[in-house]
Amino acid sequence: MSYQFKWSVLWSGQSGGWLLQGVATTLAISGLAWILAVGLGILAGAARTVPWRPLRLAGTFYVEFFRNVPLLVWMFFWYFGVPPLLPRGVQDWLFNHSAEFWAGMFALGVYHGARMSEVIRSGINSIPRTQFEASVAMGLTTFQAYRLIIVPIALRLIVPPATNESLNLLKNSSVALTISVAELTFQTRQVETYTAKAIEALTAGTLIYLVLCVSIAWIMARVERRFAIPGLIARGG
Amino acid sequence: MAGAAIEFEGVSKWFGNHQVLTDIDLAIVPGEVVVVCGPSGSGKSTLIRCVNGLEPFQRGDLVVLGDSLASAGVRMPALRTRVGMVFQSFNLFPHMTVLENITLAPVRVRGLSATEAEKTARTLLERVRIPDKAGNYPANLSGGQQQRVAIARALAMQPKIMLFDEPTSALDPEMINEVLDVMTDLAKEGMTMMVVTHEMGFARRVAHRVVFMDAGRVVEEAKPEAFFAAPKSDRAKDFLSKILSH
Ligand SMILES: Nc1ncnc2c1ncn2[C@@H]1O[C@H](COP(=O)(O)OP(=O)(O)OP(=O)(O)O)[C@@H](O)[C@H]1O
Ligand SMILES: [Mg+2]
Repeated sequence: MSYQFKWSVLWSGQSGGWLLQGVATTLAISGLAWILAVGLGILAGAARTVPWRPLRLAGTFYVEFFRNVPLLVWMFFWYFGVPPLLPRGVQDWLFNHSAEFWAGMFALGVYHGARMSEVIRSGINSIPRTQFEASVAMGLTTFQAYRLIIVPIALRLIVPPATNESLNLLKNSSVALTISVAELTFQTRQVETYTAKAIEALTAGTLIYLVLCVSIAWIMARVERRFAIPGLIARGG
Repeated sequence: MAGAAIEFEGVSKWFGNHQVLTDIDLAIVPGEVVVVCGPSGSGKSTLIRCVNGLEPFQRGDLVVLGDSLASAGVRMPALRTRVGMVFQSFNLFPHMTVLENITLAPVRVRGLSATEAEKTARTLLERVRIPDKAGNYPANLSGGQQQRVAIARALAMQPKIMLFDEPTSALDPEMINEVLDVMTDLAKEGMTMMVVTHEMGFARRVAHRVVFMDAGRVVEEAKPEAFFAAPKSDRAKDFLSKILSH
């Protein structure tokens, strides 16, 4: 074995800066995609449980369509497929303003929205039907019943599986390197290329992902306890 | 019948091809307290759930406070603000305090200010005899207390009719009376009530009329004294002998 470890490549030269930028981009694309995914997930998850068939069908169509096509294909779709459909001026503007970032964000958000909606739907389905009946029996509309009662209860119940799905989203943001988004994995490889120190670069990348995931899990556990429904025992310490 | 609060006119209902209500004719006048009883699966719940539109029906008409539910275009949310319902399983919203449970609909549907709604809610909590539980979450109340909050929550909309579907069936025996007492008060104040219950003592003391159902039909309706002293149908006799023997 003649491999010479040289950990200092990680902070000498441009490496440190690249890795930091990678972290910032990963957090930005994942954060925005997460907001999109949760929003779409609530809408589609709720739509699939309402007592109105057309809305249920629309929700099912969205979920099955986006969930069953690989994320990589969606990345290509939003990056290579969608811009040519836009007016010339918008295209030019986009390509001067990180088109790849926005394409990656949409792909990630819409894909994980479909998966998140399954989590939210199962949360809604675990609420006894009579809660919905009690809501509308007081004169709330179906929309109000969902907004004020059903969705708030469901969200409190699904924090653990939603955490899981959020971590998947964060990890999947690395797929965006295929459309040249300079996120963490992209920058890790750049460090590797410039320094020829693969193990050091990949170790750094791995540890950063680990820290991000553990931090998110910790935050979500706190959120779960903070919003726990009295009488239901929150998991975790 | 002119002036009825609730009037079933030949109502029939099917779940798939299973008929669960057959030609129901029944009129309930304002201020009347009607107890509905009958064996399990006879259609009691389905009957009262038709009154606030939780169950649609396929034939006949049902006129509630002047609105025909068979006609297209009846706005259910508006009707339901005038018809309160209390369920067997309480159904308080577990993520809200007692006070939030009671003020939700008055604020969101009636458009009351939070202060007004809270004032009404506190008065109602006095009426159901738990004034000190406003800040509690449902999980921290006994079953009897939860059901009384559920009654207060329904009353907060100032309904003209109250529907009860086995309100005491899920309660421990020692809590049944505290709920029945609140319902008795309500009846004395002149509320129009439809109550599905097996509490025959309550029926005897409070009901103006007992409706006995079997297999989706109203088999018998009579004043409580008459019904309990001499039920006409064999099925009612059979039912009463079972229910009164324990
Ligand atoms: N959602 C439903 N789908 C199909 N069948 C139903 C449904 N709800 C009730 N039924 C059937 O309709 C019939 C009447 O039911 P209902 O709940 O009204 O009876 P009930 O008199 O209230 O009985 P219980 O005393 O057990 O509450 C029963 O045969 C029941 O199986
Ligand atoms: Mg029933």
